[in-house]
Amino acid sequence: MSARHLIRRLLQVIPRILGILLVSFTLVHLAPGDPIVALAGEHGDAAYYAFMRQRFGLDQPLPHQFFTYLSRAADGDLGFSYVYGRSTIAVIGERLPATLLLTGSALLLAIGGAIPLAVLAARRSPGKLDSGLTGVALGLYSMPTFWIAQLAVLGFAHHLGLFPVEGMSDARANLRGWASVSDVARHLFLPALVLASHEMAVLLRVARASMLQALRMDHVRTAHAKGLHDQRVLWCHALPHALLPVISVVGARIGQLLTGAVVVEIVFGWPGIGRLMLAGVQARDIPVLLGLFTLTALTVTVANLLTDFVQMRQDARIRPA
Amino acid sequence: MRASDPPEPQAGPAHSTIRRRVLPNILAQPRGRAGVLLCVLVSLIAVAGPVMTSVDPFALTGAALSAPSRAHLMGTDALGRDVLSGVLWGARASMAVALSVCLLTFACGMFVGLLGGYSGGMIDAMLTWITETLQVIPRFFLLIIAFAAFGTGLDRLVLTLGMTSWPTLARVVRGEVLRLRHADFVTAAIVGGATPRRVFYRTLMPNVLPAALAVVGLLFGQALLIEASLGFLGLGDPGTMSWGLQAAQAHAYLRQAWWLALFPGFAISVAVLGVNLLADAAVRPSSA
Repeated sequence: MSARHLIRRLLQVIPRILGILLVSFTLVHLAPGDPIVALAGEHGDAAYYAFMRQRFGLDQPLPHQFFTYLSRAADGDLGFSYVYGRSTIAVIGERLPATLLLTGSALLLAIGGAIPLAVLAARRSPGKLDSGLTGVALGLYSMPTFWIAQLAVLGFAHHLGLFPVEGMSDARANLRGWASVSDVARHLFLPALVLASHEMAVLLRVARASMLQALRMDHVRTAHAKGLHDQRVLWCHALPHALLPVISVVGARIGQLLTGAVVVEIVFGWPGIGRLMLAGVQARDIPVLLGLFTLTALTVTVANLLTDFVQMRQDARIRPA
Repeated sequence: MRASDPPEPQAGPAHSTIRRRVLPNILAQPRGRAGVLLCVLVSLIAVAGPVMTSVDPFALTGAALSAPSRAHLMGTDALGRDVLSGVLWGARASMAVALSVCLLTFACGMFVGLLGGYSGGMIDAMLTWITETLQVIPRFFLLIIAFAAFGTGLDRLVLTLGMTSWPTLARVVRGEVLRLRHADFVTAAIVGGATPRRVFYRTLMPNVLPAALAVVGLLFGQALLIEASLGFLGLGDPGTMSWGLQAAQAHAYLRQAWWLALFPGFAISVAVLGVNLLADAAVRPSSA
């Protein structure tokens, strides 16, 4: 990958980021209610309101305000929470590690489960195992995340009594070191599994389809003709090709993964951004919600960029000479 | 082409560019027939559900939290309301939301995709920028903001989802138009003296439609899931019986009453599975 190409791809991201920030900025101004009332209280007099308006730059024309908004965002300042009385970045930052732990584990589980199953299904296609796996994937894909969560709680936690159903750690026990790690892992298992199941269904479908295509490619036939072992052809010759669309789907679905995480966190009482978001809606804490919105959109953009780079490295056809 | 949404139909050159007949193709496949069956079933319930049950879903008709029995086939909830009649009535709200979202999405997506693909140049570049920006925007988070700012409500849900769900469709339509614009049969139509309007409506549109309908079908499923998830989070309309609302109320009694969680979730899954099967079958050639 040449430096010039990399820079060009990076530059393409700039209008997209501007677009996202423009949407957020528009949302702030579309929301009913005067922000000054939220900042200064309902009982201020006109002079005080005018002073606050000037202090926060709200008397400036909108394009000017947008410019200020952009430069603040570049400094990592996305606004001030009405409810928590702190910067939204700080409020969100406290909740982010838990969400990242959950989504990261779910993504690993999903990839780790989907790819071997997809290879297996494509290898046996058409056949009973293939249609079975495809059917299960389509079923999982059609189930709402909260229902999978409820079924998992009913089955694994209430019926079998295997896993805790609430929170991230046992509040009663004061655990340290490895004991606390394994405690968190025990709490993590069910939410991560639930979040992964939907993702796994999607990845399985994509990986199976592209694996089927890869198995029809000339170089795979050549590898077979050379007398290479079946498994070797499957994993070393066909799979690397089949992975390309999977990579781009993983990147494109980061937004959906975070959306799923919100629901899963609320079901399992996981202390991440999901509960922050729900509390934000109830308290109408729009700055925090906008902060979450902007961060998620930026994360999706960056994830798309990263998967593009990975693809460029992997795929000779789009690798610039 | 990047895959933006995974089960996005593979609108590749593998298919013939001759007008495909959508319905016979769907009916030729087992998955298509299953999808049609499920969709017809759910639509029937949505239309005639209130006639099928004489019980008002909000009426207190029995003992609280009684397990499924002959009187209450799906049991009763914590207030003694019949779960079955709730499931039957709930289809209506979910389907109405998903249908309106899809109509709005279809209108926006077809317009943007056809315009961009057909006109090219600056208009196309501009539309592509808007499409790509909207595509990375997390719809669910946007909905939450809309609810926080303007209050919850089905109209806001439909508007926000409809206005933000079309990028996937627009991209697929634009791609199809670009692929077909210089296809031989289109050139033949032009050479044959067809007016641009005729080329557009009679030659391009019928070939763009199958892929577009498949995307809309998948969106229908997603809209059902989002509507239910919002209801589950308590952001739906508490005055209308819906599957998400039932699932939300079930959650507090998960330990005592499994049936409360089981049936509404199952209903949603069946409805979504139906449209997904249909969408799947719509883009596959019947020989596969």
